Amino acid sequence: MSFFRASNLCLSFGGIRAVQDVSFEVEKGEVFSIIGPNGAGKTTVFNLISQFYDLDSGSLHLGETDLGKLQAHDVANVGIARTFQNTELFEHETVLQNLLIGCHVNRRSGLFSELLHLPGARKQELEFRQTVEDVIDLVDLQAYRYQSIGSLSYGVRKMVEIARALCVKPRLLLLDEPASGLNPEETDDLSFWIEDISQDLGITVLMVEHDMSLVSRVSNRVLAMSEGKLITIGNPGEVQRHPEVLEAYLGQSEDAA
Amino acid sequence: MRFIFKTQYEQDISLLKHRGQLFWYGLLLAVLIAAPLFLDRFYLGEISFVFIYAIAGLGLMLLTGFTGQVSLGHAAFLAIGAYAHAYMLSKGLAFVVALPTAMILTGIVGAIVAIPALRLVGIYLAIATLAFLIIVEQIIIRWVSVTGGGRGMLVPPVEIFGLAVATPGRFFYLCLALLIVALIFVMNLLRAPSGRAMIAVRDSEIAARSMGINLAKTKATSFGISAALTGLAGALMAHHTGYISPEAFTLTISIQLLLLIVVGGLGSIHGAILGAIFVGFLPQGIALLRDTLPPAIGEVPGLEPGVFGLILILFLLFEPHGIYGQWLKVRQFFSEFPLYRRATNKRQKTYLRTERVR
Repeated sequence: MSFFRASNLCLSFGGIRAVQDVSFEVEKGEVFSIIGPNGAGKTTVFNLISQFYDLDSGSLHLGETDLGKLQAHDVANVGIARTFQNTELFEHETVLQNLLIGCHVNRRSGLFSELLHLPGARKQELEFRQTVEDVIDLVDLQAYRYQSIGSLSYGVRKMVEIARALCVKPRLLLLDEPASGLNPEETDDLSFWIEDISQDLGITVLMVEHDMSLVSRVSNRVLAMSEGKLITIGNPGEVQRHPEVLEAYLGQSEDAA
Repeated sequence: MRFIFKTQYEQDISLLKHRGQLFWYGLLLAVLIAAPLFLDRFYLGEISFVFIYAIAGLGLMLLTGFTGQVSLGHAAFLAIGAYAHAYMLSKGLAFVVALPTAMILTGIVGAIVAIPALRLVGIYLAIATLAFLIIVEQIIIRWVSVTGGGRGMLVPPVEIFGLAVATPGRFFYLCLALLIVALIFVMNLLRAPSGRAMIAVRDSEIAARSMGINLAKTKATSFGISAALTGLAGALMAHHTGYISPEAFTLTISIQLLLLIVVGGLGSIHGAILGAIFVGFLPQGIALLRDTLPPAIGEVPGLEPGVFGLILILFLLFEPHGIYGQWLKVRQFFSEFPLYRRATNKRQKTYLRTERVR
C-alpha cells in the first residue's frame, strides 16, 4: 500500500467541475510533481489535501489516516505541511517568529504553564529554537533571522515559507509553485534544497510547479492535469512528450484538427 | 548604536533583552514605588487610574493588537468584572477570593462571546460585540436584585488579609502590583506557542490553519484572557470610584479603550501602557484647554468625545504605529545618526497574497 493515496477525487464549485475523478499514489521518499496549465485544478488538489475544501466524492489517505475525517488544523498534526502559491507568511513578524509558529504542532505545554513560563515551557522554547536553527542552517536563512517579513524580497519569502513548513517536521511536504517569482539562480538553489529535503530529511515531496526544467530535475514522477482531469502519470520525460499534455499546453496541432 | 552579541538562545527568550533595559525599567519601578512619598492624593489617584486603564488596555491589546479581533464590547467586560466583584464582596467574600473569581467569570463570558467571532470578521465582529455591550447594559439595569439597577451599588473598601487598603497610597501599590503581574502574564504568553498562535491568526488565518493552529480555540483563548484582564480592571475601577452604576460602562468607554491601543501603538505591549497614560491624562488636558479657549469653543458640550475622535482619526492617518512607533523612529534616528533618511520608514508595499479560501 502506498504512502499517500488520492482516490477518485471530485470537487465542483457550482457548475464548474474543478477536479474530476483524479487518482494518484505517492510512494514514500518520492518527489512527485503535478503540472498543468493555469486553472487545471492543481492548487485545488492541494486545498483538498489541506482540508480547506471538502471532497464531493473520493478519498485521501496518508498511511492509515483518512484525511477526509480531519479538520484543516489537524492535517499538520498527522504530518502534512504546505506552502502557498503567493506566500502566506505572518507579515508583521520576524523570520524567527514565523519559523517558531511553524513549530506549533509539536507543542506539549498547556496554557497555564505558558502563562507562568514554567521550566517545562522554557525547555520547550529552547527545543523549538534548536529545530528552527537546524532548518535555518539547511536553507541558508542565517542573515534574515531577525528581519521582519515585510522587509524581505520575494525570493527570500518563498524560502522562509518552505522553512516554516519544515519546522512542522512533516512526513509529506506540499509545495505550491515554489519557483514562481524566483530568478534562475534562486531556482537552482531551490532544486538542491528539494533534493536535500527529500534525501537527507526523508520527507516525501508533492509539488505543483510550472518550471519544467525544475520539475524534470527533481521529480521522480510527474502527474499532468488539464481542466480538472488527470491526463497522465509517468517519469518527467514521458509526460513532457505525451501528446495530450502537449495539446493541453499548446493547443491542437493543425493537421490533427 | 547598541549591538547585542548573542551567545545563547536564552537571550532571545528572556523578557529583558539587555542591561540597559534592566536599568531603565528598574529605575522606573523605583520611582513608582517611591511615588506615594512625594505625590499628593489627587495625583496618586490619577496614576492608579492610569494603571487600571493600562490593565484593560493590555486586555484589548491582546485581542485586537495581537489576535486581530476588533471589539467594541470591552466596556461590558469591565462592567461584568466590576459588578461580579462588588456583588461577591457585598455577600461577604474576601477580596482575595472575589477578585480572581470575578476575573475567571469574566473570562468565561469572554470565551462565550468568541463563538460568533469564529464566523465574523472586521466590522461585523465590531457590531456583534457592540450588541453584546448593549445586552449587558440592559441586564445590569434590569437585574436589580444583584446590581441595584439604575441606582447602582456601593463598593466596599479593599481589605487583604485584614489589612485595609484604604489610603490612596496603598491602593496605588495594589494597582501597580496587579499591572506588573498582568504584564508578565501577557509577555509570557507572547513568548509561548499560544501567544504566537494568536499572532498567526492575526496575520493569516489560512496559513495558521495549515500550521496546525486551531482557530476556534485560539480566538476563544484570546477573548477569554482579554476579558479576564478587562474584568480585573473593572473590579479595580469599582474600588477606585467606590460606587458603580450602568452609566460608568457605556460605549464611550469601549471607544476610549480602542483609542488607547491605537494611540499607544497596535501590536505592542508598550503601546498599551503609553496609550493608558495618554487616555488617562487627556481629560485633564482637555479641562485645561477649556479654560484657555474662548467660551464659544471651550464650553461646547461634547468637546471631550469630539477631541477623542479627532485624535483617533489623526493617528490612524499619520501614525498607525502610535506613540510607541513614533518612539522607535526617534530612537532609530539617534542610534543611526547621520544615516537616517526620509524614506527609512516609508511604508512598504505588500506582495499579492493567495486568494482567500473560506
